[in-house]
Amino acid sequence: MKENTFDVIIIGGGITGAGTARDCALRGLKVLLLERFDYTAGATSRNHGLLHSGARYAMTDPESAGECIRENLILKKIAPNCVEENGGLFISLPEDDISFHDQFIIKCREAGINAKEIDPDEAIRMEPSVNPDIRAAVAVPDGSVDPFRLTMANILDARNHGAITKVYHKVVDLIREKENIIGITAYSTTEKRLEKYYAPVTINAGGIWGHAIAQLAGININMYPAKGALLIFGHRVNNVVINRCRKPSDADILVPGDTISLIGTTSSRVPYGQIDNMFVTPEEVDLLLREGQKLAPTLKTTRILRAYAGVRPLIAKDNDPTGRNISRGIVLLDHKKRDGLGGFITITGGKLMTYRLMAEMATDLVCEKLHRKSSCSTASLLLPGSGKSEEKSSKNLKRTFVFSPPVRKERAHRFGELAVRMNMDGKNDSSLICECENVTVGEVKFAIRNLDATDLISLRRRTRIGMGTCQGELCSCRAAGLLADNTENILKVREDLRDFLNERWKGIRPISWGDTLRETQFSSWLYNGVCDLGTIKENKTTDI
Amino acid sequence: MDIRYNISDHNFEQCLKCTICTVYCPVVQVNPDFPGPKQAGPDGERFRMKFPDMADTSLKYCMNCKRCEVACPSGVRIGDIIQTARIKDKKTHVKLRDAILANTDIVGTMATMAAPVVNSVIKLRPVKKLMDSVMKIDSRRTFPDYSQQTFEKWFRKYAMKTQSTYDRQVTYFHGCYVNYNYPQLGKDLVKIMNAAGYGVNLMEHEKCCGIALISNGLIKQAKWQAGKNMDGIRKSVLEDNRTVISTSSTCILTMRDEYPHLLGIDNKDVREQIDMATRFLYRLIDEKKITLIFRSDYKKRVAYHSPCHLDKLGWEIYSVGLLRMIEGVDLMILDSNCCGIGGSYGFKKENYDVSQKVGEPLFRQIEQVNPDFVATDCETCKWQIEMSTSARVKNPISVIAEALDVEATYKANLKNQR
Repeated sequence: MKENTFDVIIIGGGITGAGTARDCALRGLKVLLLERFDYTAGATSRNHGLLHSGARYAMTDPESAGECIRENLILKKIAPNCVEENGGLFISLPEDDISFHDQFIIKCREAGINAKEIDPDEAIRMEPSVNPDIRAAVAVPDGSVDPFRLTMANILDARNHGAITKVYHKVVDLIREKENIIGITAYSTTEKRLEKYYAPVTINAGGIWGHAIAQLAGININMYPAKGALLIFGHRVNNVVINRCRKPSDADILVPGDTISLIGTTSSRVPYGQIDNMFVTPEEVDLLLREGQKLAPTLKTTRILRAYAGVRPLIAKDNDPTGRNISRGIVLLDHKKRDGLGGFITITGGKLMTYRLMAEMATDLVCEKLHRKSSCSTASLLLPGSGKSEEKSSKNLKRTFVFSPPVRKERAHRFGELAVRMNMDGKNDSSLICECENVTVGEVKFAIRNLDATDLISLRRRTRIGMGTCQGELCSCRAAGLLADNTENILKVREDLRDFLNERWKGIRPISWGDTLRETQFSSWLYNGVCDLGTIKENKTTDI
Repeated sequence: MDIRYNISDHNFEQCLKCTICTVYCPVVQVNPDFPGPKQAGPDGERFRMKFPDMADTSLKYCMNCKRCEVACPSGVRIGDIIQTARIKDKKTHVKLRDAILANTDIVGTMATMAAPVVNSVIKLRPVKKLMDSVMKIDSRRTFPDYSQQTFEKWFRKYAMKTQSTYDRQVTYFHGCYVNYNYPQLGKDLVKIMNAAGYGVNLMEHEKCCGIALISNGLIKQAKWQAGKNMDGIRKSVLEDNRTVISTSSTCILTMRDEYPHLLGIDNKDVREQIDMATRFLYRLIDEKKITLIFRSDYKKRVAYHSPCHLDKLGWEIYSVGLLRMIEGVDLMILDSNCCGIGGSYGFKKENYDVSQKVGEPLFRQIEQVNPDFVATDCETCKWQIEMSTSARVKNPISVIAEALDVEATYKANLKNQR
């Protein structure tokens, strides 16, 4: 078999692509995954990070609800380091229709979700930050999921089973032979050259960008880009997910995830041309704050770190030209059946936390096309990082810096059995790069060497640097130093540093007041004044 | 519900991560196991919210000197955040040693009853070794002597009767050190106040301020004692219209700030009337309400060390100001540097080395300056400096009492009152 020939090519390095790559690789296929930017750069990282119990969909979409609760239980088992079993509450406020609440419990039970009606007082004991005016509450097994870690765990496992994954490879053409897609042409943005790869099956896992990929084959998929805006708060306001028990609406989910809490979302249709340029408007910030306070009044006086928006890859049920019949469920398109084009599959729709099921469905179809008989094992095989950390306590470590209990605990929690590998070079690897999020030198080095982190933005996605309260003020220059150790192009690292801080500012800007603004000003003095970053000319590379 | 006012009311969120606090932390520079006030304080707070059950053993290295709070340009109460986290950490169970070090009242009462025996026994090498190995109280540490007669006993016997003859009155919170170890400081204060035309009163049922209980995790008892003290302070301030003054900077800081911040005891109504004796005197002189006249034959070279907790109050200027009023005092202000004792912190075996390393620059400077004596407002600083240098240490109040021309001062203030 030639080097550029594979059994299956997967386009898209989000959670769906990563999960599909893992499933295909586990089933013995030769896999190539191509991502045009970086892993988790799209909708995968721009959502609530909610590990749905399914309760949210129980009333409107029983099928999705059932999928959610099944995948919920599977993820807790196979990726304990990527999920937090926080539990969730559905609360009814005085203005909410209480009949919805009664119906809700019945529907949850029908979908197999363990929903328990609890006394409002008990709900307040369970989650003290909840609005004390609640009239009724239901406890459900909601949780949170770290999309970055989950995606990278899938990528790592796929690679462990022979898959090849490439970032900064944009698919620019699909190679067609008669009525079949037999390969793709990709442009490598780092090498600046075109590359051709061949496989009997190509999977389009491009999320909302899958629309454009399908167009390369002359196929139209009716997608409806729906923008959702969210706010990140500076610390964990709640330890239990708080949902509003009513028809899904704006800002009615408050999710605790890692060190922060998230309120969201809004929902608005955006034109296709805008999907690469998402920003949050002042109106959206107002709306999120106003509605969010009804879930937890303390949001009114909690520092906001940043605002961001993502695009849901919603898809119209086929043959519905009006687009009204929008599904949030999983959509698997066999373009042979649908459009008469062989060797091409689209997997889209669905949710972050049903990625595994989506991957299983897509891989089943691939195997069918390749006439391979093998069954899916992703529901039971643990993901890398889900084991126990065997890292020794600080006393036994050679070190010159502090390795305090919270840092150690954090590292064990994030990386499980991989944590020992974060101490590759000895004594300095336990010192901190990012003090807000307790990210150590070892973790950053690991990400540079093993997780394709090539710049600060990708490092952030792998390690959480720059995600804490200082938003890159202290960690970005330190991390840039480590990046510089691994490259000959020092000037590029400087540009990186500037781009990273600008990217942070983009999310801070919509909420820049109070302490957040003071801190940003301080950061700006540091980097413009001390590091003289302001004088580097803006030269955004815009090659294809 | 007005969203325009979304401004954080969480103190730790006001941290801008500038890290000045860690630069000023005396412990972090000598103990690599302490991550420093920023990480243990505002940064750690976010992780404690994430892992509510996490026991962070590195917090015990904080000696609660509050230098981080003095340094912080954003007003973050870093020391309080760390102490509160330690209090919440219920897994730390209180050791017998810590309970003994913390219960200054009980230990003091017992020790004064047999002072001569206790004082000499505690200096015996075998006893020190035993305390070191069994109790983990470092054998290299010198213990303060206990007095045979408590200050309270002396006061009731010799001073109380005449106090009502003065027009103006104050209440004196003597604290454990004056009561059990060094009544002379209390006698010095009475001498000065009387000469200035003030009668001195004791507080009803004075208890130890509780700082050692707080730092050793005996919160329930600290709250009970604080409650008793607040009753006494309220009676003095609100009923009798008497300010409560003390000669110990730590007792004052505890009653003014630690009570509301760490024990949740509201003291707003009387807080401004809890004062350092030096500040109280300085302000009276400044407002020309009293005059102090000093002996012309008093000539001393004095080096002043400002205790961390007085720094935190921002009040060393009053002690220094008073000492400067004594013409015969050649005053040298030592660099602001923690002495390292941190109350009961330095007595613990595991902290001894850190404690001495922290104080090292201060000890060196004192030896270089070679003053007649060092003046400082804190009793534990006194123990540490006397143990670690060749210098003797006096409270500024004792210095003033020594230099005071009592007769002349008394006469001058009689005139003032008329």
